[in-house]
Amino acid sequence: MTHSLSIYLLVAAILFGLGVYAIMTRRNAIAILMGVELVLNAANLNFVAFARFGGMNSSGHVFALFVIVLAAAEAAVALAIIINLYHNLHTINVEEASTLKQ
Amino acid sequence: MNIFIQYGLAIYLLPLAAFLIQIFWGRRLPRKGDWVSIGAVLLTLVLSTAMLASLLLDLNPDFHQEASFTWLDLGRFQIRVGFLMDTVTVIMLFVVALISSASHIFSIKYMEGDPAYSRYYAYLSLFTFSMNGIVLSNNLLLLYVSWELVGLSSYLLIGFWYEKPSAALAGMKAFLTNRVGDIGFFIGILLMFTATGSFLYRDMFAGVAAGTIAGTTLTLAGIGLFMGAVGKSSQVPLHIWLPDAMEGPTPVSALMHAATMVAAGVFMMVRFFPILTPDALLVVAYIGGITALFASLIAITQTDIKKVLAYSTVSQLGYMILAVGTGAYVAAFFHLVTHAVFKSNLFYGSGSVIHAMHHGLERTHRHDLDPQDMRNMGGLKAKLPLTYWSMVASTLAIAGIPFFSGFLSKDQILAGTLAFAEHHPVHFLLPVFGFGAALITAFYMTRLIFLTFHQEPRHPEVFAQIQRAPFEMALPLTILGTGSLYVFYTLPSVNPFGGEGWFQRLVEARDSLAGGPAADWMAEQMHHAHLPTMILSIAVALAGLVLGWLMYGSRRISAEALARRFPRLHDLSYHKFYVDELYAKLLYDPLLKLADFVGWLDWDWYDKKIIDGFGRWTTRIARWVGTADYDGLDQGLVDGVGRTLRAVGGGMQRLQTGRIQNYILLATAGVIIILLSQVF
Repeated sequence: MTHSLSIYLLVAAILFGLGVYAIMTRRNAIAILMGVELVLNAANLNFVAFARFGGMNSSGHVFALFVIVLAAAEAAVALAIIINLYHNLHTINVEEASTLKQ
Repeated sequence: MNIFIQYGLAIYLLPLAAFLIQIFWGRRLPRKGDWVSIGAVLLTLVLSTAMLASLLLDLNPDFHQEASFTWLDLGRFQIRVGFLMDTVTVIMLFVVALISSASHIFSIKYMEGDPAYSRYYAYLSLFTFSMNGIVLSNNLLLLYVSWELVGLSSYLLIGFWYEKPSAALAGMKAFLTNRVGDIGFFIGILLMFTATGSFLYRDMFAGVAAGTIAGTTLTLAGIGLFMGAVGKSSQVPLHIWLPDAMEGPTPVSALMHAATMVAAGVFMMVRFFPILTPDALLVVAYIGGITALFASLIAITQTDIKKVLAYSTVSQLGYMILAVGTGAYVAAFFHLVTHAVFKSNLFYGSGSVIHAMHHGLERTHRHDLDPQDMRNMGGLKAKLPLTYWSMVASTLAIAGIPFFSGFLSKDQILAGTLAFAEHHPVHFLLPVFGFGAALITAFYMTRLIFLTFHQEPRHPEVFAQIQRAPFEMALPLTILGTGSLYVFYTLPSVNPFGGEGWFQRLVEARDSLAGGPAADWMAEQMHHAHLPTMILSIAVALAGLVLGWLMYGSRRISAEALARRFPRLHDLSYHKFYVDELYAKLLYDPLLKLADFVGWLDWDWYDKKIIDGFGRWTTRIARWVGTADYDGLDQGLVDGVGRTLRAVGGGMQRLQTGRIQNYILLATAGVIIILLSQVF
């Protein structure tokens, strides 16, 4: 099996599609957060793949590292939001978090 | 600043300070503060006496000092004001201070117990201050300001007993009549200022000498200035206010309406003589001459002692104005000085009589009698000997009998008119006015003395209650009565027939700058006319005295019979030639009618038709505009925008589900659409 760029991109695309699907369909906020993590990691895989086979060289690695750091920060912030959501509404179902509409 | 100007400043400011103290704190001071005013005016008397004495020591007619400062500076436009000190100023200051002091002292008893005692003294001080301003001024501006201030204090003092309607009205009449003259005065001042660009007399005289202002303009300016004098010095046709001004307290009449304020007009004419053109002088002479004769004719039949003196004052002022007009303006000033003394003395005498009568009537409870009516008097000689003799001296002076002061000045005036008529035979009426008035003056003054002091008292029970004049009244009467003797005006000469005294040496005539008579020429003419004038004037005065004695002293000619025989003449004189009625008919009534008409125009026509119509139309238009605005603009347009936005918003609201996953679905769908559109 040849190591080629398209295989990595294919895997990344599947990961991205799964992430978006999770974001769109899950009612649980933590599940949505996990979907976001999947999307971010699909992007990371793309960066690394482009670093190996494309022309990005080491800057692809650097971007991947930044994204990991950002994902960690984002997870922390998102979890804080979810805890606050739970405090206020006693649920983490995003369907019910629609007070902004009224 | 030299000493004379400093003295002048002190004389100017002392009465002002007294006025301010009196008006603000007078009531709380001991004796209601009369000593403040009296002290101030006595100080001015001391200062002016010192100045006069210093002038008398070197007898220099060219004495002249001036000090001015820039009052208003607007770049090229400057107004300078200041003081002028010459022999005329100093003599006039002395006269004002003397009469004013006498008035202040006389008032102590005359105004005793008046509820507004301190206000009275405040006004007296205000008057003294303003009058000194007129005398000291070296420019038209300060002159005009002081002129109006004098008018104000006159108004305040005539209407001093303002609870009496006649007094309040008399004050108003004086003020309004003066206003008429002052308009002319103001026009004259502005003509002068426009032509010469300065208010200073010095620049004015220089301008006239250089011909900057000449011809008709100068004549008009002169007549304008003279109109101020016509108002203030009560000349025909504005003489109507002075007799009514006798409503004021008698010391005020003596001070202002006999000696000083009314003489301000004459004083101004004396100052401005050099710039009066021959045409203007002719107007001046005729107005003065007519006034002299006219007023004396009225004085014959008046029964109120103060009214007689008032018309006598008008007549004597006419004399002075006549003298200015004929060019004998030094004689006018001389007569001003002698007249100030003897006429104020006559007023103080009448004040003493009225005071005595008033108290006599109060004690006998005869409130129906008028204390000023000579028909209620008679025989007062026995009760008021000092007043009598003092008044007799002044009467002889005003009648023009030798050895008394009036003779000297009147003689010069008459000589001036005679000389003038000799040179211009067309104007023969001027000496006729002069001598005629002299005759009548002697007559009515004799009448006054006989009616008041001689014969049997008309009301013996009142007579019995009359008391002597108190010291405060006797003092001015003594001083001023003595001042009616000739010798004070001719020193060092003692010749009673017009020797060259200190006055003639101090005050020298100046040449006219506007084509009027030259000083030397005039002096020569007057000298020429001196002897016939003297004989004629003595004859006329004696004739008047004798006639008066025949009618009112020995009663050989019955005055009543004469009045019955010539009822029309008597009525004319008694009703003051109906001048007031004439003015009422010719001026006030048409004016009131005009006012009514204008009022009708304004209210019924303009207000009700045009203004109200405008209002109605505006309401109608406003209502229409309102409808258009509310129904059309507000309801249609503005609310329409709102409604549309609301509908759009309502539609868009449905998109805003608040569900994040919907948004993401849409965003993803959008991205997919964009990508697909890129691929194909």
